[in-house]
Amino acid sequence: MAEAAKSRSEAAPALPTWPDEIYRVLKDAGIRQVAIVPDAGHSRLIRSFEAGPETRVVTLTTEEEGVAMLAGAWLGGERGVLLLQSSGVGNCINMLSLPVICHMPLLMIVTMRGDWGEFNPWQIPMGQGTRPSLEAMGVIVNKVDEPHLVASAVQGAAHLAFNSWKPVAVLIGQRVLGAKNFKELASK
Amino acid sequence: MTNPNALLHRRDVVNELLRDRGDLLVIAGLGAPNWDVSAAGDHPNNFPLWGAMGGASMIGLGLALAQPKRKVIVITGDGEMLMNVGSLASIAVEAPKNLTIAVLDNERFGETGMQKTPTASGVDLAAIATACGIRSSRIVRTMAEVTELRDLAHEGRGTAFAQIKINPEALVFVMPPADGVILTTRFRQSVLGDEALFN
Repeated sequence: MAEAAKSRSEAAPALPTWPDEIYRVLKDAGIRQVAIVPDAGHSRLIRSFEAGPETRVVTLTTEEEGVAMLAGAWLGGERGVLLLQSSGVGNCINMLSLPVICHMPLLMIVTMRGDWGEFNPWQIPMGQGTRPSLEAMGVIVNKVDEPHLVASAVQGAAHLAFNSWKPVAVLIGQRVLGAKNFKELASK
Repeated sequence: MTNPNALLHRRDVVNELLRDRGDLLVIAGLGAPNWDVSAAGDHPNNFPLWGAMGGASMIGLGLALAQPKRKVIVITGDGEMLMNVGSLASIAVEAPKNLTIAVLDNERFGETGMQKTPTASGVDLAAIATACGIRSSRIVRTMAEVTELRDLAHEGRGTAFAQIKINPEALVFVMPPADGVILTTRFRQSVLGDEALFN
């Protein structure tokens, strides 16, 4: 048991630094509008944005609203980011035709479920379908499974999206988020 | 006295909403509202949708937040609005002063054979908007009320929502450019200047 606990704690450090790193990367990229459906994996990043006066954090009722909202932001000259989890990608599919057909940038940061160490079987279909669904719609996808690579993945995605006017998604693997947290939550 | 049951004509309504439009920014929902806005005159400050059903109001929100000094009006249909009615909650919380949502409610899915929408059975979009917290929400039945809505939209005194009861008439299509890149680029160039052509 002790060994299992040790390996789990190594998989998910108590204080990951990547949410703070991608906050700085997104600020540097000029993000002004942050569209969210709240997610545990994004909670620290959302708190950082809420604390800053330069960004508007908009809570959505469904993720496809965020795809449309950020299209409007781009039409008005502002950059935004959509923070969601993998199940929310399924809600976005038709709305993705908007940035694809209009050659608009869209930056999505997706925390993965139904991936490494998932405990909830209902998360598996959309978790496994996230990448092919996005790619089927013409979104460029980059998945990261190591915490120290998250910030550079987001930085590269932001440059790609806003300089080449493409929809781009970064998938943050469950290995980075630490599946053990979900198991502990379920036992409480 | 006018007949209280007489329904408004959709292009009269849109022509009035866009009368002396100045630098008003217009998002048109897919289908007939797109053709109505185009019939009132193609304009670089129009962003007419050919797809993205359910997205018109949220495009309006993102645009209104990005351009707080400009006035934004979303002109869409009841079917389009009903598809993403949760956006009214998202918009009410942000409450940009410069955003008006005008729903042309013919109680029909007009593009697909005039099947009835839920508003034909009494679903009250204005009441939903009110319940979400958009205080300036109303059902519009007369041209005098359309004029009042037009003035609200042009003045931008708070987020406004209107469910405008219109005749379910099928009119000739008047189409804007269909290429999303042309629509996006000319809109951004008009609103942001030539800088929009560069990154």
